[in-house]
Amino acid sequence: MKSLNNFTMTVGSNSVNESFVRVAVAAFVSSLDPTVDEICDIKTAVSEAVTNCIVHAYKDTIGKIFVSCDILENRVISVKIRDRGCGIENIKKAMEPLFTTGGSERAGLGFAVMESFMDSVTVRSKPAKGTTVILKKKLSYRAGNNG
Amino acid sequence: MSVRTKLNGRVLTAYLEGEIDHHSAKIMRETIDREINAASPQMLVLDFKDVSFMDSSGIGLVMGRYKELKKCDGEMHIVNTAANITKVMKLAGLERLAKIGR
Repeated sequence: MKSLNNFTMTVGSNSVNESFVRVAVAAFVSSLDPTVDEICDIKTAVSEAVTNCIVHAYKDTIGKIFVSCDILENRVISVKIRDRGCGIENIKKAMEPLFTTGGSERAGLGFAVMESFMDSVTVRSKPAKGTTVILKKKLSYRAGNNG
Repeated sequence: MSVRTKLNGRVLTAYLEGEIDHHSAKIMRETIDREINAASPQMLVLDFKDVSFMDSSGIGLVMGRYKELKKCDGEMHIVNTAANITKVMKLAGLERLAKIGR
């Protein structure tokens, strides 16, 4: 699908950037006049993906998180979040609800939230190379917006 | 993002404020646990009135405090959650651990 608009950014895997990235993505897609619910869903899913980079991919180090956001045709938004961290050994297992390697304060629900709040979640990963998560959501048509 | 606490008899209320993510959950967790350990409350009320955003780190925060509370046989109530926060909590089935309401 053709990209109508794009922004990319790279941030350090400092946990303070969790809020920065979700707010930046929300601000970018606001040109489509999404509903409050849609904005909340997108912010929550992006927050989960970025947190995974910080907590898992770059567990004991600070690395770079690459964010790319596209507005596609038909009000579809696509957010790609990529790291060059440790990678995921078993993607299927990592995506199971309640599975976590993050200790007792992590609920193991990051991917479950992404899948529930977005239309599609694609994960590509190679151990020791890194992980790419692509989140997509089609925004509703609202009276008054021009798509 | 911060948390204020108030102890009334054996009811501890924690007023959470701001956005709850992995970054902000840590300080909230430390503050609440310190109060739980000091007071051994019968009930912990988590007030979400001033929380505008929460991801699954908030679920971890609630579940972790539930475990702490069970050590002193306490109960948990969750109050004043906005629609977007209720949605995340329901996904995790938190209503099985705590009463969620006004």
